[in-house]
Amino acid sequence: MIKEKLPPLSERRRFLLQALQGIGLATLGALTWSAYLNEAKGSMLFLRPPGALKEKDFITHCIRCGLCVEACPYDTLKLARAGDNVPLGTPYFNARDIPCYMCDDIPCVPPCPSGALDAILVSKTNAKGVNQLDITKAKIGIAIVDSDQCIAYWGIQCDACFRACPLMNEAIVIDHSRNDRTGKHALLVPRIVPDICTGCGMCEKVCVTEKPSIIVLPLAVAKGKAGSNYIKGWDKGDEKRLETQESGGQTTITPTSSQKTVDYLNNEEF
Amino acid sequence: MQESRREFLKASVATAAASAVGMVLPKEVQAASEQGESGWRWDKSVCRFCGTGCGVMVATQNDKIIAVKGDPAAPVNKGLNCIKGYFLAKIMYGADRLTQPLLRVDASGNFSKKGKFQPVSWEKAFDVMTDKFKETYAKNGPTSVAVFGSGQYTIQEGYAALKLMKAGFRSNNIDPNARHCMASAVAGFMQTFGIDEPAGCYDDIELTDTVVTWGANMAEMHPILWSRVSDRKLTNKAKVKVVNLSTYATRTSDLADIEIIFRPNSDLAIWNYIAHEIVYNNPESIDWKYVNDNCVFTTSWVDTGFGMRNNPNHPKFKAEEKDTVAKEVSKKVSSLEAPALKPFGYDAGETMKMTHNANAAENWVIGFEEFKRGLAPYTLDYTARVAKGNPDEDIETFKKKLKALADLYIEKGRKVVSFWTMGMNQHTRGTWVNSQSYMVHMLLGKQSKPGTGAFSLTGQPSACGTAREVGTFSHRLPADMVVANPKHREHTEHIWKIPEGTINPVPGSHYVQIMRDLEDGKVKWAWVHVNNPWQDTANANHWIKAAREMDNFIVCSDAYPGISAKVADLILPSAMIYEKWGGYGNAERRTQQWRQQVTPVGEAMPDLWQYTEFAKRFTLAEVWKEWKINDKVTLPSIMDKALAMGYKPTDTLFDVLFANSEARSFRWPDPIGKGFMNTEAAGDKRNVVGSDGKVFKGYGFFIHKYIWEEYRKFGLGHGHDLADFDTYHRVRGLKWPVVNGKETQWRFNSKYDPYAKKTGRDFAFYGEFSKVIPQGTLAGPDASKPKVDLSNKAKIFMHPYMDPPEVPSEDYPLWLCTGRVLEHWHSGTMTMRVPELYRAVPEALCYMHPETAKDAGVKDGQLVWVESRRGKVKARVETRGRNRPPKSLVYVPWFDEKVYINKVCLDATCPISKQTDFKKCAVKVYKA
Repeated sequence: MIKEKLPPLSERRRFLLQALQGIGLATLGALTWSAYLNEAKGSMLFLRPPGALKEKDFITHCIRCGLCVEACPYDTLKLARAGDNVPLGTPYFNARDIPCYMCDDIPCVPPCPSGALDAILVSKTNAKGVNQLDITKAKIGIAIVDSDQCIAYWGIQCDACFRACPLMNEAIVIDHSRNDRTGKHALLVPRIVPDICTGCGMCEKVCVTEKPSIIVLPLAVAKGKAGSNYIKGWDKGDEKRLETQESGGQTTITPTSSQKTVDYLNNEEF
Repeated sequence: MQESRREFLKASVATAAASAVGMVLPKEVQAASEQGESGWRWDKSVCRFCGTGCGVMVATQNDKIIAVKGDPAAPVNKGLNCIKGYFLAKIMYGADRLTQPLLRVDASGNFSKKGKFQPVSWEKAFDVMTDKFKETYAKNGPTSVAVFGSGQYTIQEGYAALKLMKAGFRSNNIDPNARHCMASAVAGFMQTFGIDEPAGCYDDIELTDTVVTWGANMAEMHPILWSRVSDRKLTNKAKVKVVNLSTYATRTSDLADIEIIFRPNSDLAIWNYIAHEIVYNNPESIDWKYVNDNCVFTTSWVDTGFGMRNNPNHPKFKAEEKDTVAKEVSKKVSSLEAPALKPFGYDAGETMKMTHNANAAENWVIGFEEFKRGLAPYTLDYTARVAKGNPDEDIETFKKKLKALADLYIEKGRKVVSFWTMGMNQHTRGTWVNSQSYMVHMLLGKQSKPGTGAFSLTGQPSACGTAREVGTFSHRLPADMVVANPKHREHTEHIWKIPEGTINPVPGSHYVQIMRDLEDGKVKWAWVHVNNPWQDTANANHWIKAAREMDNFIVCSDAYPGISAKVADLILPSAMIYEKWGGYGNAERRTQQWRQQVTPVGEAMPDLWQYTEFAKRFTLAEVWKEWKINDKVTLPSIMDKALAMGYKPTDTLFDVLFANSEARSFRWPDPIGKGFMNTEAAGDKRNVVGSDGKVFKGYGFFIHKYIWEEYRKFGLGHGHDLADFDTYHRVRGLKWPVVNGKETQWRFNSKYDPYAKKTGRDFAFYGEFSKVIPQGTLAGPDASKPKVDLSNKAKIFMHPYMDPPEVPSEDYPLWLCTGRVLEHWHSGTMTMRVPELYRAVPEALCYMHPETAKDAGVKDGQLVWVESRRGKVKARVETRGRNRPPKSLVYVPWFDEKVYINKVCLDATCPISKQTDFKKCAVKVYKA
């Protein structure tokens, strides 16, 4: 295979992250790992194996044994070395090099002796109430599309990411719209369905632009979060969000409401 | 980058608007697109890949192609491309481009069949190639040499190769890979209309209400056309319907309102079911005026074999192969096909002896009542039983879909376009099923009208423009003429200025037959032009042995090393598309030409130059003498006639065929080539040492223009009119016939086609081939009745459903279907060298149903053997991919030489078209 010279991904992710920080969307103060984790300071734009605990917990559970890396049949997983910009000795992968192929039996998870990779997170409960491994439950990350550089948005008939997606037509769907520029060719553009996307990175691997125009970001970085104060009236399942709500019924304060009521009423300022 | 993209958008908006109102593009806009940004030059060209024929602009800087853009002025694609076209700028620069001739030599540097490839000079290459040619040609005559031609030839290359073979060597053994690709479409056109190529054009897409795809995965194989179909659907989602008929679910199903998964070969039954619905249940839907004015009912033989060798005990067959091949001689009528064959006189369990294999194309007129009798078996129940392709689908659901499909065709006033490609062409009854599409459309009067008609899409960029229109087939001459017709030979000899009687009247070996001839030692010298026969021909194990173990000499001209180069004895490095002048013709009869943009790499030379240099090696005395063709036909010497015409025995084929006084009158430089190079005419900066050991300084005349102007004489006034050479360098292609400077959108319809108008009829199917035929019944022609003249009429054929020669059994329980993927072109010699396309799809996968994988004990990504009676390959399992087969079928694409699926495929062909059925054979799949 012809190896392409690409900038290291972690560098690119760091760049993206800085951009995010710049507009105040990311709060990375939580990155208070132990000393030797400084390697990765300011960067958590790498992908963990399926079933990984939240990064904070993962770091404290992972014993750097490498069993998951050994179990991976595709050599997807690597143990971080100095310079990788990933906490030393922990497992991660670069989707552009080798993505997660979403094995049905998820061989990397069961060998984990420490619970850093938690089979429950990649399992579903079957009819008999038994947990069964199900790779489609994985939440490694989420794919995002740069619609400026994605050639499908230019009208090129590409869809390479769509066709490569192991959950084709579910995790990535194609939106059809008319191409007003030509008047007779439809635009067929990829759209990620966040609930379904596992972050396996097949799309990032196959993307044909020089630097991939679809990349996978860790969930914690990429995902927004709508408050539980509003439930979609058109979506029965949405009510589930109330089960984990933390802020319902709490007192709200804005500059407008910050004065004591009576003080406000008595201040004679008009 | 941003800047140029904005410019591009601006220009394309302007041109889109211009062409929307039918304006000719103002010169200033064209000029602007040529000048472009300083530092590089933009010039108009064509995409190298499929038959869609997208126009592109090519940017050249420092004698390299640095970029392409979709040509905003090109009516087909309006500035867009697919994922392959997007990478056109990279296809010529793979690290392993062939840059010098390579010959198998022994330790002392002499040619040896068992030697290793070593670089040699062009002179040495031509010396050995000529010696080997003359060795067999002198001894065994014109049938012992052969050319594997191509649907990717430029028009000029194809014409030169044809002329060299048929006028020079008096051999008809030239046949293109297009035989694998659209021969059934050709035979369907010739049988039905007496003239080749579609009536309609791509504008049908914007005008139709219904798109029905039959064995055509347009979403992957014709992506730009598919984006037009998608756009049409979006304009009126409720009204516009899309139906996809396939033997497995494809990307094309995603947009479809109805997806019909049918059992391989049962498209024959589905077409007849629609006709049955029309004739029996909706007779009022028949457009009797259209039918009576323009059509006759016809049929042909059914006991015609399957295009295999007629000797199952041929010594080269393995024991396992014989039971399938035996069906070439006779077969048992199965219970599935028995009802369909009943009107033709066959019962279930009866043995059908194959007695009409050699004259399978013979056809005769039957009455409407006889036609109707042939359709009687195709009730919804019977058709559903034959055609349901997904074992998991409920039969009632399937019936509803069939009924809905028929209703769409029948609905009064609803316009319907039926598109098909390889599914209907690569078929052991391919000619039949092509004819059946016209059957349904013509019964309804929905043919040759804007937005409604049966439309054969083409796979290759110039399968139409070169292979078909130039006629680089074993039986053809330019402009739909054939070698078997004395008038056609005479007309051709006249244009070619060669003696009467030069052209061999016996059709040569078709593509698969050339392989069989190599295996039998009948063909001893073969030359591969612009294709990859050893990767693209079914049952490949036989042909590898034929090439490597038989006493023969194989020359392969190519740009990259593929399997055909690997089995060859001599490899000649070829210039690629933008390294030469050329022209292509697409599926809507649009001819497009381009100029040479850059110098070829290394010592690579244009294919055209290779043919003309080879022609220099032969004097008339060597080739225009008496030749025995077979036991019945001996070609007389034509030397006396040649002398009378002023030729000398010592004149070379180059002098006579390519560098005659007419050729030399096309001077170079020529204003149309101002600022552009022309390697053949003037040599180039490399000073390549040519075939005579001297620096090649060019022929001094404009050979491409000469060939074009001579070639177009064939079509002028014969319904194939092409414009002059220079015109094609000013416009974005023209759809022939081009009469009085105007292109033709819909043929055979007097409102649009000047040739139809001339007849004074509303419609005129004016093709002349096979138009005087006998009368008879479904059982056969009746010699006692006079022949009927069908001038200006088309034929509505009755053809029954029949099983293919190999169906799944206990030992080989699954169907195998092969084909392409969007990312790769044909055998991958170009696209597998584009890093981004390689990265996207690095290997061919075996697409299968999850249950099939489970049965085989394999998971996604694991290797399986795919094995047939003929051979086996290893491939990785994919159950979640773009193609979702039913449990009964697996799909393996053929682009990947490491997954050499043609070792597994069956080389059965349509007995009429001789096109291989790559879409069905029986295999087993097990863990590797």
